[in-house]
Amino acid sequence: MSTPSTNAPTGRRRPNAGDGPELVPTHSDEPLLQVRDLTVGFRTEDGRVSAVDQVSFDARAGELLAVVGESGCGKSVAATALSGLLPHNATVTGSVRLDGVELVGASPDQLRAVRGKEIAYIFQEPMTSLNPVFTVGRQVAEVLRVHEGMNRRDAMSRAVELLELVGIPTPRERIKHYPHQLSGGLRQRVMIAMAVACNPRVLVADEPTTALDVTVQAGILDVLRDMRDRLGAAVVLITHDLGVVADVADRVMVMYAGRVVERGEVHELFERPRHHYTVGLLGAVPSARTADGQQRLREIPGLVPTLAEQPDACTFADRCPAASDKCRSSQPRLDVAPASRHEVACWHPAGTDRAEVPA
Amino acid sequence: MATVEAPLVDPPRVAGARLRRGRAVRRLLRSPLAVTGLVVLCVAVLAALLAPLLAPYGPSDAHFDARFDPPGSPGYVLGTDSLGRDIFSRILFGLRASLLVGVLSVLLALVVGVPLGLIAGYFSKLDGVISRLTDLVLAFPFLILAVGLAAIRGASLSNAALAIGIAQVPGIIRVTRSETLRLKSLDYVAAAVAEGASDLWVLARHIFPNATSVLIVQATVAIPAAILGEAVLSFLGLGIQPPSPSLGTMLSEAQQAISRAPWTAVIPGLAIMVVTLAFNLFGDGLRDALDPRASRR
Repeated sequence: MSTPSTNAPTGRRRPNAGDGPELVPTHSDEPLLQVRDLTVGFRTEDGRVSAVDQVSFDARAGELLAVVGESGCGKSVAATALSGLLPHNATVTGSVRLDGVELVGASPDQLRAVRGKEIAYIFQEPMTSLNPVFTVGRQVAEVLRVHEGMNRRDAMSRAVELLELVGIPTPRERIKHYPHQLSGGLRQRVMIAMAVACNPRVLVADEPTTALDVTVQAGILDVLRDMRDRLGAAVVLITHDLGVVADVADRVMVMYAGRVVERGEVHELFERPRHHYTVGLLGAVPSARTADGQQRLREIPGLVPTLAEQPDACTFADRCPAASDKCRSSQPRLDVAPASRHEVACWHPAGTDRAEVPA
Repeated sequence: MATVEAPLVDPPRVAGARLRRGRAVRRLLRSPLAVTGLVVLCVAVLAALLAPLLAPYGPSDAHFDARFDPPGSPGYVLGTDSLGRDIFSRILFGLRASLLVGVLSVLLALVVGVPLGLIAGYFSKLDGVISRLTDLVLAFPFLILAVGLAAIRGASLSNAALAIGIAQVPGIIRVTRSETLRLKSLDYVAAAVAEGASDLWVLARHIFPNATSVLIVQATVAIPAAILGEAVLSFLGLGIQPPSPSLGTMLSEAQQAISRAPWTAVIPGLAIMVVTLAFNLFGDGLRDALDPRASRR
């Protein structure tokens, strides 16, 4: 394992057969963001650890794609890999194309030009993501000055507009405030204002509501939806909150242990989940209807495996109710189901004839 | 209390302090030791600045009819030395030289050390080189450095400041580097990078402004050390040259007459002690007032 080759574990595998959902004609001709076989590993003292394994997805302009999965499933790593924000010990292979321009392996200067301007991020921690020593107005203006070359006064008046856009009351007063004078919800709105300052085409929101009060969450989600509609941005929303997903997403991608296990339209996926992990996730969500008869929430037995422990097996096999020998010896691929945009990486998808399942 | 607050608020780039200014100043003023230090410092700085107005005589005016007058003699509040020079006047001008060397050398150390510390902390590839060079300077004895400099460039106030400044660079580098390492891992720095900020921009706009409070504290600790260093160098004849007074040269000249006129040594010694103590008390208070960990207690 001491060789610098980063492809060793993945190189043996067959090329991905169902390479994306191109079977379906779409109204927008070309997806804005095309991610193909994105694989991210980290060099550590214990050798190479894989965090994201051959993830492929598209994000289209004006669409909100939710990436769902439990902690450590690689969703944040995949998102930060898009514009090369990973630490130095990360190795990224595969392809990330923004409007046809390849970003994996792009130079630092190219990436810097993309960050903030083309792909913008909203992070989880609004409490610590703002510089404590500058006013929020100045910090919003700073983004404009870096990317748009605006002068101080223009940038400031644009900052006021942006704060208004993200629903901050009395923005003219607020730009003079320091981060510690704002609540978590307001700070997250400031973060969003900074992210959308340059009209980015892809907006990645990494658990933007996790650290916030439930009552504030809805407002933030409204802003995200608004940004999608008004800017026509492709919004990638990373979350583990299925309630949030149901609320705002157009499409959902479920990740488990660094791989995409299921992907589809939000209603389709919520009504007819096909991967047993998705079924388990949905079963673990408390709902008003659960109260009758079923008293306890269902949980998924077991723990998330160490990533890429089983290169030639389904990573969920050990926790799956429908697992067979095949699941432990061969990795299922995302497969487009006929006549739907619902894909699943499972040998024995839920909702199909159970007789098929070998004993 | 307006005059008391002045030195804290004065440097406009004290952005870290600006945010917590109200709280930090209040906490500073609550500490009697820090306030004492601040008041003494203000008096010392004023005395040094206004020395030509306050001093009854020129610092080098000899009065041969009044040699070794003890303190309290008519016309000479703090007495006179072996040449009949007024000690009070010499202390005022000596304070001037000492504070000047202290401030100049620390400024020099900051100008050189802060950028190097920022680079060492931010670019891990250059960290090894800069840190090892720092160790090298640190391993070089201060007095040998000063003697060497004096031999090459001659003994003077500016060369004393240069030697002391060089000796203080490693400390500044280390403090800046460790603060940079801490700040670099914070979310808002990561957020700035995600917004497309360049390395230089991140260093200048996010890391340096947040490191200023630590650096200010470090400077208040470094200045008294520099004043002591100046006294040492001048005592050894490597610093300010007679007849120009500095607290160190006064001590040095007093040693021949120390049994006959002990005040000629005691008074400049006391002056050095009081000034360095005041700096240290103020620096300690400032550190406590600006320390975010202390604030939560």
